[in-house]
Amino acid sequence: MLINHPLLGPRDAQEFVYKGDARLLQRPDAMVEDSLERFTDYAYNRDNPAGIHRELWYHEQGDRSWLVVTRNTLTHEIVGVELASEVRL
Amino acid sequence: MSYSIFRVIKEALNDHKGWGPAWRDPAPKSHYDIVIVGGGGHGLATAFYLASRYGLRNIAVLERGWLGGGNVGRNTTIVRSNYMLPGNEPFYELSMKLWEGLEQELNYNAMVSQRGVLNLCHSDAQRDAFRKRGNAMLLQGADAELLDTDGVRQLYPYLNFNDARFPILGGLLQRRGGTVRHDAVAWGYARAADRLGVDLIQNCEVLDFRVENGATVGVETSRGFIGAGKVGVAVAGSSSRLMSKVGIRLPIESHVLQAFVSEGLKPVIPGVITFGAGHFYLSQSDKGGLVFGGDIDGYNTYASRGNLPVVEDVCEGAMGLMPMLGRARLLRSWGGVMDMSMDGSPFIDRTKIPGLFFNGGWCYGGFKATPASGLCFAHLLATGTSHEVASQMRLDRFARGAMIDEKGQGAQPNLH
Repeated sequence: MLINHPLLGPRDAQEFVYKGDARLLQRPDAMVEDSLERFTDYAYNRDNPAGIHRELWYHEQGDRSWLVVTRNTLTHEIVGVELASEVRL
Repeated sequence: MSYSIFRVIKEALNDHKGWGPAWRDPAPKSHYDIVIVGGGGHGLATAFYLASRYGLRNIAVLERGWLGGGNVGRNTTIVRSNYMLPGNEPFYELSMKLWEGLEQELNYNAMVSQRGVLNLCHSDAQRDAFRKRGNAMLLQGADAELLDTDGVRQLYPYLNFNDARFPILGGLLQRRGGTVRHDAVAWGYARAADRLGVDLIQNCEVLDFRVENGATVGVETSRGFIGAGKVGVAVAGSSSRLMSKVGIRLPIESHVLQAFVSEGLKPVIPGVITFGAGHFYLSQSDKGGLVFGGDIDGYNTYASRGNLPVVEDVCEGAMGLMPMLGRARLLRSWGGVMDMSMDGSPFIDRTKIPGLFFNGGWCYGGFKATPASGLCFAHLLATGTSHEVASQMRLDRFARGAMIDEKGQGAQPNLH
């Protein structure tokens, strides 16, 4: 798979470390009453969709940026790549 | 009709015209006491044990495609019980014992071959870890033997012993481990379950669950509604997709694991070998092909195919372990979708919806677990309580901080 890095152009997916669902960027509020349940759900449960999936890839062997890659889990087609720092989920 | 040597001789004299189908092809009834979703190894085993050990009769197995067409027909056929943690090892040892009696119980030749599983170690620390694991196995009634370099050399003299980076210092051997003909496991359970009156319904995809007054009353399928007192889901690879129909999010990611087979060769590898410095495991099928595999690809996918970097990595593992493999040609490779759970261990549990039960999260270790998974899931469905060896395989174990994490990797499914 080639990931079209917004700054560096197409890079081999082997240069990256895969972290998982991009919703991990949305940490729950620790100060609300049911924060324990929210954090358990955040840390352990996943939507795991068949189809379009937004996910985190870390360019460890490159510029060490975090990317949000939008990819189809049925076909492996990558339809969008953004810098995680610029993403609004 | 039972299979036996006399039957084989009789049919041979009759040009093999009298065999007939091994199981019926019934139309679905409108209601069953128990419906199992998924006609793979675990689903079929569950149905068989429900009928044979718990005496239940009105059971159906619903399969989207054909029986045994999923991961039970795609794995590398290895069986072993070399786990360490108390939440796992008694379960896998029960599975090992069930494998040992499987063929007699099913009246089916599943080619159970206890040819020995050897895990190689390449550093002092790894040997210490193996010693610890071996002792944990012995405590749970399994067999384990720690070999030194000479012990390994007697079994496999052609391995790469003096590699500068990864010298082989020894290995943990489980002699009772080995391989089982994977398709025959599905077929054997299917035939045995069918003979006990279980309806095996193929080409019947479960599309949704019907929930009334908060409880499961049946399943919507591609062949219409089928009522059920209890529904057991055993669809590893599609677990998240199916359970999302009733709003259940699982601690599972789907990943692809590739497997490989070489051209047929003369007998060279008598047992199962795993390389401890990379992730590579190898055995030789009775047809002569070397069957091997390695890591999962490492990203979420539902495509039953992987990418080339893992192919390269697996072949590098092969060359690192056994350089003479470089002369063998790769014949085929394929992939299967795994339920990778958050701690690398499976689930056999009830769900928050009464009457709906879940079996999944087998990562890439589901095949060896087939008999115990079937028995424990049957126990749960029949009695409503967890079987004692599966009592920790609960969906709520993360919330309770009671993970069963053999490798200590944490909630990162692609590392398990």
